[in-house]
Amino acid sequence: MTTSQMTTSEPAIEVHNLYKAFGDNEVLKGIDFDVNPGQVVCVIGPSGSGKSTLLRCVNRLEEPTSGQIVIEGIDITDPETDIDEVRSRIGMVFQQFNLFPHLNVLRNLTIAQQRVKRRGKDEAIDIARKNLEKVGLADREDAYPAHLSGGQQQRVAIARALSMDPDMMLFDEPTSALDPELVGDVLEVMKQLATEGMTMMVVTHEMGFAREVGDRLVFMDDGVIVEDGDPKEVLGNPQQERTQLFLSKVL
Amino acid sequence: MKRTTRTRLTRGILYAVLLGLVVAAGGAADWAAIRENFFDTEVMRQLWPDIVTVAAKNTLIYTILAFSGGLALSLLLALMKLSPVAPYRWIATAYIEFFRGLPALLVIILFAFAVPIAFGWIPPGGTIGAGVLALVVVSAAYLAETVRAGIQAVPKGQVEAARSLGMNGTWTMVSVVLPQALRIVIPPLTNEFVLLLKDSSLLAIIGASASERELTTFSRDSLTSLSNGTPLIAAAIMYLIITLPLTRVVARLERRTLRSR
Repeated sequence: MTTSQMTTSEPAIEVHNLYKAFGDNEVLKGIDFDVNPGQVVCVIGPSGSGKSTLLRCVNRLEEPTSGQIVIEGIDITDPETDIDEVRSRIGMVFQQFNLFPHLNVLRNLTIAQQRVKRRGKDEAIDIARKNLEKVGLADREDAYPAHLSGGQQQRVAIARALSMDPDMMLFDEPTSALDPELVGDVLEVMKQLATEGMTMMVVTHEMGFAREVGDRLVFMDDGVIVEDGDPKEVLGNPQQERTQLFLSKVL
Repeated sequence: MKRTTRTRLTRGILYAVLLGLVVAAGGAADWAAIRENFFDTEVMRQLWPDIVTVAAKNTLIYTILAFSGGLALSLLLALMKLSPVAPYRWIATAYIEFFRGLPALLVIILFAFAVPIAFGWIPPGGTIGAGVLALVVVSAAYLAETVRAGIQAVPKGQVEAARSLGMNGTWTMVSVVLPQALRIVIPPLTNEFVLLLKDSSLLAIIGASASERELTTFSRDSLTSLSNGTPLIAAAIMYLIITLPLTRVVARLERRTLRSR
């Protein structure tokens, strides 16, 4: 099944019977799903299928209507849980980058380290520089987000998330807002992360990335998981009619 | 008739009408009386230098005090208005509606004369201090709506990014949302500052000692003591010297924000 290390420890992410509705609109209709440490799980599906909502429920940016989400053994749907502490261990990368436009690149990377992790300024800067180097932008630490290309902004956003030393990373269509020629650099960084053993959940339209880098591929449609398996299997030999229909349109 | 000829003719008529009106008004006016009553250089000289060193200075001091106080209070009101706790929202809404619904002049009179009697409390700065406090209270109501709009204009993704990094609600507000919100509202805030500067003239309703007078009080007193309208013109010029550059700045800032979008 999975190509990367299957450890015996508890799953990084467990989702049990998750429902989410916006008013009368049911977006997630009973999701059961988990991600093991070190796994790279790609989630695909037509727009409106609920894949982004599922991802956003995992760090509770969206409040689930019912069901349970457990991160490294901690139930985050329990109102007693310190969600800020859990979130600081989950890196999140957005489609629209969401860098802080009033802060330069370095400050974008250090602010949460200092405020949340209570790191000293020098330590935070060291970690920030290390991560900027990793995404290939060591020379842009003084730039403001508005002066960077979309691809550079997204790599800074990845470095910002990495600076919190997260145990896992969530990617919400990280390349969908990018010009085609800038997609490659971002995917390259993500691929490198996957090789280093980072636990990743990636909502994406990049079938090539899913096939090449993903350990598992989940196909969602209309609020449910339709198919879940080895990417090459799901892409090459889809079992469900809905998967076949979707893939025939995008591939 | 060709279209261009017709346009030229219409425009010619418009200029002719304007010129006629100006000539008629100029002929009807008593220029000697106007010069004597409003542009008397001897009176101008008597107003100098107090009109700058006392009156204009006080106008600026009162406005800056009222604006900074009002801004601080408005920030609190805006945050209350966006609070998930309903009673805070109600209080903020009630405050804003109440003070926006009242004439500023009435509030100034209330603070200067009724509050000291009712509560046996005299604000720092005496009656003028009470008047400035009234301006704080009134301007906060107007500024609160501007600040709230600024906070809400910060994209939701900014809050999500900060929260997903583990920042709590307070840190997110202080280090991510407010710095961006304040940048967005600088042009409207400058406008509010100009409005408040003009409203500081309402303090003229309060008696003030010679050293406490702002521009309008100063010019009205001089009008009475000198029996001449020149002080009003002088005060008007002083107001314009302050307000015109500020409105130019607002226009520039607004153009810049438009460009950066």
